[in-house]
Amino acid sequence: MTLEYLQNYWWLLVSVLAGVLVFLLFVQGGQSLLLFEKSDLRRNLIVNSMGSKWELTFTTLVVFGGAMFASFPLFYSTSFGGAYWLWILILFSFVVQAVSYEYRRKKGNVYGTGTYDCFLFINGCFGCILLGVAVAMFFFGGNFVVTRANLVNIGNPVISQWAPTHGLEAIFNYKNLVLGIAVLFLARTQSALYMMNNISDDPEFFQLLKKKAILNGGVFLVFFLWFLGLLLTATGYTVISDGITTVSVSPTPYKYFHSFVGNWWIGLMLLLGVVLVLYGWLKSILSAHYTKGVWFTGLGTFLTVMALFWVAGYGDAAFYPSLLDPASSLTIRNASSSEFTLKTMAWVSLFIPVVIAYIAYVWHSMDRKKLTPDSLEKSEHTY
Amino acid sequence: MQDLSGVVDWSRLQFALTAIYHWLFVPLTLGLSVIVAIMESFYLKTKKESWLLATKFWMRLFGINFAIGVATGLILEFEFGTNWSNYSWFVGDIFGAPLAIEGILAFFLESTFVAVMFFGWNKVSPKFHLLSSWLTAIGAAISAFWILVANAWMQYPVGMEFDPVQMRNVMDNFWSLISGIAINKFFHAVFSGWALAGVFVIGVSCWFLWKKRNIPFAITSIKTAGWFGLVGILLTMYTGDGSAVEVTHHQPMKLAAMEGLYHGSTGQSLAAFAILNPDKDWDNTEDEYLMSVEIPYMLSILGRHDKDAFIPGITDIINGVDINENGDTINTVPYQERIARGKLAQLALKQFGEAKAAGDSVAMQKSLTELRSNYPYFGYGYFDSVDEAIPPVGLTFTMFRIMVILGSYFLFFFIAALFLVYRTEYLQKHAWIQWVAILSTPLMWLCSEAGWAVAEVGRQPWTVQDLLPCKAAISAIPTSSVIITFWIFAAVFTLLLIAELSIMFRTISKESKKNLTTD
Repeated sequence: MTLEYLQNYWWLLVSVLAGVLVFLLFVQGGQSLLLFEKSDLRRNLIVNSMGSKWELTFTTLVVFGGAMFASFPLFYSTSFGGAYWLWILILFSFVVQAVSYEYRRKKGNVYGTGTYDCFLFINGCFGCILLGVAVAMFFFGGNFVVTRANLVNIGNPVISQWAPTHGLEAIFNYKNLVLGIAVLFLARTQSALYMMNNISDDPEFFQLLKKKAILNGGVFLVFFLWFLGLLLTATGYTVISDGITTVSVSPTPYKYFHSFVGNWWIGLMLLLGVVLVLYGWLKSILSAHYTKGVWFTGLGTFLTVMALFWVAGYGDAAFYPSLLDPASSLTIRNASSSEFTLKTMAWVSLFIPVVIAYIAYVWHSMDRKKLTPDSLEKSEHTY
Repeated sequence: MQDLSGVVDWSRLQFALTAIYHWLFVPLTLGLSVIVAIMESFYLKTKKESWLLATKFWMRLFGINFAIGVATGLILEFEFGTNWSNYSWFVGDIFGAPLAIEGILAFFLESTFVAVMFFGWNKVSPKFHLLSSWLTAIGAAISAFWILVANAWMQYPVGMEFDPVQMRNVMDNFWSLISGIAINKFFHAVFSGWALAGVFVIGVSCWFLWKKRNIPFAITSIKTAGWFGLVGILLTMYTGDGSAVEVTHHQPMKLAAMEGLYHGSTGQSLAAFAILNPDKDWDNTEDEYLMSVEIPYMLSILGRHDKDAFIPGITDIINGVDINENGDTINTVPYQERIARGKLAQLALKQFGEAKAAGDSVAMQKSLTELRSNYPYFGYGYFDSVDEAIPPVGLTFTMFRIMVILGSYFLFFFIAALFLVYRTEYLQKHAWIQWVAILSTPLMWLCSEAGWAVAEVGRQPWTVQDLLPCKAAISAIPTSSVIITFWIFAAVFTLLLIAELSIMFRTISKESKKNLTTD
């Protein structure tokens, strides 16, 4: 296996994790619906429906970070250390989520159920938006410079330097926010579709969820198409590399449009993903009792996110463009781990099918019996 | 020259804060998950309802603790990037791998099966539920294994070489990461978690006894936790001895700091109790202690398993004096020379880059040779004086004593608990014994945290031993940003800890009023 092959392989795995993560953000979507629901029973239904999956989303985020660290450490170093406030806010929103499910209805929780529901809401909204912002930077860039020679500059040894706003500028960049908002409304839509599948014996709630799916899906479509428009007309970087280091970088108008056209299979995958999302959504809102729409939108989301990651990383693109110094832009060639590490990790990645298999088995076992108001009442362990 | 000291210190403080909070919850997860799985196994084997009730009771407490452990763990992983970005590049090729393996092999296992533990009672078969409980415990242990492999590697960096083109270290031997230090650290941490969970279960059960509620449940729990904890504390001591030997060989400065030892000798004693002399420095002739009670030969025995072995002190190490296994005086490289050679390595790296840019292969080769011969001291090149290479002696010394004294106490504690629990009437009659157990519970956390403080404070100022000091491992962020996030996390973690403890106490109180002894 050559280094180039391994770099491609690990970008593929990172893309898979990203696709799975965005699908699993339906948990956050459900949390963002929480404060709009007046009935305690319905709130508890939402929390308990999401509650058996929250750790999976959380873990996928952590593993995504770990995989990025292991395979593309220069990204980890540059993005996390530079866009400090963006990542700290993301982390903060997930910290308050982690305890909220377990503590919200426990006696003695000090701050009351409402506080924990607010935490879940904060994570639901800001977690989605900020993760969307972080991913949008893969296309619209960040304000950083990488100077490896700084390592021997004792007065200032840090190799990655960022603009003084340290990630706040990315949050307020409208292009990034468009994707962030699209991710939030996609998560909300998928959450409604998931609950239509996971909760039964409450026809009124089913109809309510359908309404939420219609509204949120509509908003998602607007923002997603807006993002696609921005992406396809964006000027990206064309990078020539010797396999490890960058040789030249040149700005290229309509870079991603050309990438989709030039790599037609990626374009096709994006199209297929979008069609599946639309199919799952439309069938769910148009049919009277259809509950399986979430699996189509989920698969569609997965394919769409993968296509976006592929167009960001593969070919001659920079997956983390620098707006301050194009030559500092990160590519899967110059940001990757060594051949030895990628190869070692590739062996470890053979466990991934086993992981997927047991997750699928457990998911099936746990969701076989639908959540109902009655089962919630009788269950020993609820959130 | 930019003043980096503020951001270095605050980044250190933020990482320490997160690690301290994280370690409040992790050892209980490591130990209690096994206790729960053992109890559930007994239930499945005996079909006695009392085992099921005990399993569910301790599982509830496990769940309360688990959630907050997950929250603090997330921050720790990402802080390597947010606050230690130079570190993440310099050794990310090696350090990232165990973190990713931890995620793939452990986190998914834990998070998938913990959901079955909590929600699966009526959804999966009893055997599958038991399997889930064990897999959750195993997942927690696997997670600990890989993070401790990563931690051990920082203190004993092996299996890599420096790549001057990319200006970072690259892995060349994965298996060497799983060093003796890593294995010792893993077992030491996991078994200390067993001991901690044992103390916790005994403490809570003694509160039941004091309240005279569910006495058979409490007695059974004490018996289970007593044996479990005794095994845990004995193995913690055994692996602690292994750790002492590893530290003596690979981090002699840490050992010297643990003892507050400046001038070592053969047959070195250990200060069982001592007051450090605050005026003592490595280059003056003040006494090390204002007063001390010493155990002859003990440090030599602990560090080298030989009562006559030489243990170097801080001044000896700085001056490059050591004695080999044959008792011959040998000279290692003095710290002043290490600093000079570190600066030579850094200069050679800079010249290598310039020669590469100029296409001068002869100059490249010359620089590379210079770099390679001085690279073992690369990190010392960031220091201006040897004082920067000495860890905080007072804190390391104090924490070491807290760990050892409390660790020894808990060995006695488990023996006494087992002795008394088989004389139940005596145990039930004497409230003061129950209160000793209850009040001992937080001391176990202190012992556990002190152990981590010894390991992490004692290895300062290095993030990667000899190669990268903290001051060169940081991110280029303003000090004010780290101060703000430090206080945000301090406030959030504290508020969540208050909630956790409150819920824990209320749950214990509420559950104690139910019948947990039905059979």
